[in-house]
Amino acid sequence: MQDKPLILAGQEFSSRLIIGTGKYKDYQQNADALAASGAQIVTVAMRRVNLSDPDEPMLVDFIDPKQVLFLPNTAGCFTGEDAVRTLRLAREAGGWSLVKLEVLSDPKHLYPDMTETVRAAKMLIDDGFDVMVYCSDDPVFARKLEDLGCVAIMPLGAPIGSGLGIQNKVNIRLIVEQSSVPVIVDAGVGTASEAAEAMELGCDAIITNTAIAEAKDPVRMAKAMKHAVIAGREAYLAGRMARKLYADPSSPLGGLI
Amino acid sequence: MKITINGELREFNEELTIARMLVALSLVPAKVAVERNLQIVPRSAFGETVLSENDKIEIVRFIGGG
Repeated sequence: MQDKPLILAGQEFSSRLIIGTGKYKDYQQNADALAASGAQIVTVAMRRVNLSDPDEPMLVDFIDPKQVLFLPNTAGCFTGEDAVRTLRLAREAGGWSLVKLEVLSDPKHLYPDMTETVRAAKMLIDDGFDVMVYCSDDPVFARKLEDLGCVAIMPLGAPIGSGLGIQNKVNIRLIVEQSSVPVIVDAGVGTASEAAEAMELGCDAIITNTAIAEAKDPVRMAKAMKHAVIAGREAYLAGRMARKLYADPSSPLGGLI
Repeated sequence: MKITINGELREFNEELTIARMLVALSLVPAKVAVERNLQIVPRSAFGETVLSENDKIEIVRFIGGG
């Protein structure tokens, strides 16, 4: 029983797990976790080179952008102008137009600033980018972003880096039901069961960084996430049984001795 | 010639292209992107783009992120 691939701006992916590249002990551990996860896309950030240490380890020396799709983010950007500037540099560095837009607000909760996110999405789309957008779990804003032309809607399940799990199942389900582009839970997943939970809600993929990077054994957690996403997806496609109020024996009652 | 690179003031004695600046900084052109006075410099133009006094240069690369 073949599942259909995840399609983002016309590109097909067999893995529905996207992992981050922040917070790891080092890039080697990150590369090992990536191999264990089976992910085909990694999120990355753009930052100034360290002029005082030109020999510092480079992400691209450990994770090959020709083998794995780099999805540049706009972390640290608070306006549409900042986001466009950052992603133009990323496009020049890597040559891809698929990007992850995140315009954050208060450092305490890192919720997306949705009015600025909508404005930035429009600027990026006008500039030729394929925008995957980190957003609140508000179905109204999700609809506006899809109507603008975003190629994936990526609501949070809980604040970035919190590992609190999927706190907003009703809203995630509503967004899944109304969207015709992929819906990807971005932020909140803390462990494998929560990745499966997001997929069982019908999400097309999940993005997780901290849950893997801050696990005691990140490589093992990466493997767990791989299986969880597959399990959750299969369960969603299979369709769960109806919930019942009372027991229903699995063994027939007839023919008892 | 004074140029600001990633917010740091640097002095160079000779005329400089972006390509030569990267060599002077021991950076590999294929691994970075360069912005000059808020305009992207395409990698293909590194060799012919000559820097001017008081240019503001940003040199960035991919790092780990979520």
